Amino acid sequence: MVMEIVCPAGTPAALRAAVKAGAHTVYCGFNDETNARNFPGLNFDRAEMREGVGFAHDHGSKALVAINTFPRAGDQVLWHHAIDDAAQSGADAVILADPGLLKYAARNHPGLRLHLSVQAAAANADIINFYACTFGVKRVVLPRVLSVPEIAAINAEAEVETEVFVFGGLCVMAEGRCSLSSYATGLSPNMNGVCSPASHVEYRDENGALDAKLGGFTIHRAAKNEPAPYPTLCKGCFSAGSQTGHLFEDPVSLNAEQLIPQLKEAGVTALKIEGRQRSKSYVAQVVRNFRAAVDALEAGQPLPQGMLARLSEGQAVTTGAYKKTWR
Amino acid sequence: MPHTQPQIPICPAALAKLLRLTPLVPVSLSLTACSRRIANRHPGLFRRLGEHSRKRFILDPADLPVVLCLEPNGGQPKVRALRGRSEGDARISGPLAALLGLVHGTYDGDALFFARDLVIEGDTAAALALRNAVDDAELDLSQEIAAMSAPFSRFLLRAVAYAQRRTGVSLARPEEEAAW
Amino acid sequence: MELTVGPNQFFWPAEDWSAFYGSLAEAPVDRVVMGELVCSKRLPFYQERIPEALALLTEAGKEAVLTSLSLVTLKRERKHTADLAAMGVTVEVNDLTTLAYLPKGMGFHVGPLVNVYNEGTLAWLASLGATRICLPPELPLSSVRTLARAGRELGIAIEVWGHGRLPLAISGRCYHARLHKRTKDNCQFACENDLDGLDVKTLEGQPFMAMNGVQTLSHSYACTDYQIEALADAGVSALRLSPQSQGFTRICQNYRGRVTGVLAPGAIAADVQKASPQTRLSDGFLTGPSGVAWSAGPIPS
Repeated sequence: MVMEIVCPAGTPAALRAAVKAGAHTVYCGFNDETNARNFPGLNFDRAEMREGVGFAHDHGSKALVAINTFPRAGDQVLWHHAIDDAAQSGADAVILADPGLLKYAARNHPGLRLHLSVQAAAANADIINFYACTFGVKRVVLPRVLSVPEIAAINAEAEVETEVFVFGGLCVMAEGRCSLSSYATGLSPNMNGVCSPASHVEYRDENGALDAKLGGFTIHRAAKNEPAPYPTLCKGCFSAGSQTGHLFEDPVSLNAEQLIPQLKEAGVTALKIEGRQRSKSYVAQVVRNFRAAVDALEAGQPLPQGMLARLSEGQAVTTGAYKKTWR
Repeated sequence: MPHTQPQIPICPAALAKLLRLTPLVPVSLSLTACSRRIANRHPGLFRRLGEHSRKRFILDPADLPVVLCLEPNGGQPKVRALRGRSEGDARISGPLAALLGLVHGTYDGDALFFARDLVIEGDTAAALALRNAVDDAELDLSQEIAAMSAPFSRFLLRAVAYAQRRTGVSLARPEEEAAW
Repeated sequence: MELTVGPNQFFWPAEDWSAFYGSLAEAPVDRVVMGELVCSKRLPFYQERIPEALALLTEAGKEAVLTSLSLVTLKRERKHTADLAAMGVTVEVNDLTTLAYLPKGMGFHVGPLVNVYNEGTLAWLASLGATRICLPPELPLSSVRTLARAGRELGIAIEVWGHGRLPLAISGRCYHARLHKRTKDNCQFACENDLDGLDVKTLEGQPFMAMNGVQTLSHSYACTDYQIEALADAGVSALRLSPQSQGFTRICQNYRGRVTGVLAPGAIAADVQKASPQTRLSDGFLTGPSGVAWSAGPIPS
């Protein structure tokens, strides 16, 4: 079976662009803190979600709704409503990370398909099967800490489908288990759906060099004519011991295009593209590229050579943890 | 659409020079009229700005001697063309072609930004909100302008035709979208 | 309020490890969580010392608990988790994988690295047998209050991060190995010289984080000196003190003094500053604008 391409849609226009470009599946979120890309100007209100899901279905694509932050104590009802409304909009599945929410969805919407978000960082077959057996989860998005052989080992034991990231932003920390952002800015992926938020970013031009501060901490400096990556904490420039540099990760983004055959061999069902914050033109280009790749693989033809680097952060790419040496 | 981003065209000096002499009041009035029309036809654009819809944005085409000051004004937008440096909550600067390419979805804002073809200063969140809202609106500036009533449309259309001829900067959405 | 000593997050020489847990037998704390939280490669160096330390602390009247790893991926880590569940000692779950191994009906504790953000998840853990939950350090006081109330109704003791460098992230990648240009598999225990983690500074030389193998910690030491009354009022039943290589017994004594009312607010912070003037303190996750913030004014330098 052809591998499923799961594409980001930060706006209704991006959703349409992804579907037109050949996305088998799109994923999106409501315009509030229930989703992990709660960025200014992005996401879907209730009417847009119904229309978006309808548009995807009309064109033979599936639509998933990510409700993948951790509900705030005392305000769980906001997240519960998001699940109710996603179900009502006809979404093909919801992507959840919080066990309390999984339980709510399983109990109140028994017909609704559940995917486990990468934010749950389920990194071995035991916990994956536990989620499947406890909540009826049908698919798990694997954290970006695993190598291809480890993914193969998980699939050999796991009772559910797996989905892996192949392109876009790269978390170097286990997803959903990082509070670097709230330590520096007060806002975190888990609680607020933002990491290194734009509201706390400050750029300063110092004689052609571009300094980037996050929450008052200078975490990147780009010399004149050097690429200027967004100041994400884990990809910042720091010093420790006698060294200064990108101690956690270089400002690279993930491109596992050339690993698609191995991932298929490893039993992966779906390939996920990160980037709900990116433009519809970006989404369309990436989707077209990956759709061509999985179609070529299915037809037994060589993969088209990737030309996506310029769309990437800092214009350098990595295959991340999929190759063991990354660690 | 090609897989890689094309080289961004720069406005030729002749056009820039011409703009140095153009009276800016009619330009401002035309642009405000155009933005009002967009606001009527794409209310979602201003809704998407949310808390940022009362901010002031400076759009600075680095290859032109003017800047545009955009005040979304909660859906009653106002645009002024100004010479010299002017203050706003957020400033987005880059070649005119890059700014227009953003509007038309030819370019990806993040990619332009990473490559430093686009520079954001001030309120980064507001700039991001504007970019995301515009990206969703699927605007076609040449259509918006053509549909405007005279005299503004006549003035802008002349400017647009001239600009396209001299720069190769497209003021219309790429064909592909329409053809689909 | 009770005092719990959390698992040691760092890699210490086995002798130091034993001496530390020996000294805890005398310290005024109620509970000690031990075992390896961060990196399974460290475990063989002190694993055989654990039973003796458990016995010593139990004899001294402390509740002794064993932690799970915080990120379980490898085969040997899964096996370790299974063994842990079978030991018969109370387990602190710091990766939900442990739940897959715990025998039905066996009570357990939940550590700060499990995402318990709301009543729904708390109730779910209670239904599986959780009896004590140490909340994630990034939770604000308002959430702590709501969860403590929910915990009381469900018979779950709620604990809060009280003192020590904050665990901010865990990764598949070892930053210490990367810094020393080694792979994780051939790390040669690059983290062993940094007994409290390695300082990570910004480009302007501002201390920011601390590197600890696959873990990233705050550079500042979280300190609830000024929050203890508010936490007690919220219904928090225990504070967690995280091991550090220097002056830890003193920290335990000071917190004991504060929770029993012998010491006034500010006494702990003052003592920390006296013993180690370069130590920065923070309590921003509870009431401040960001985690790094310190409620007692400007960050002490």
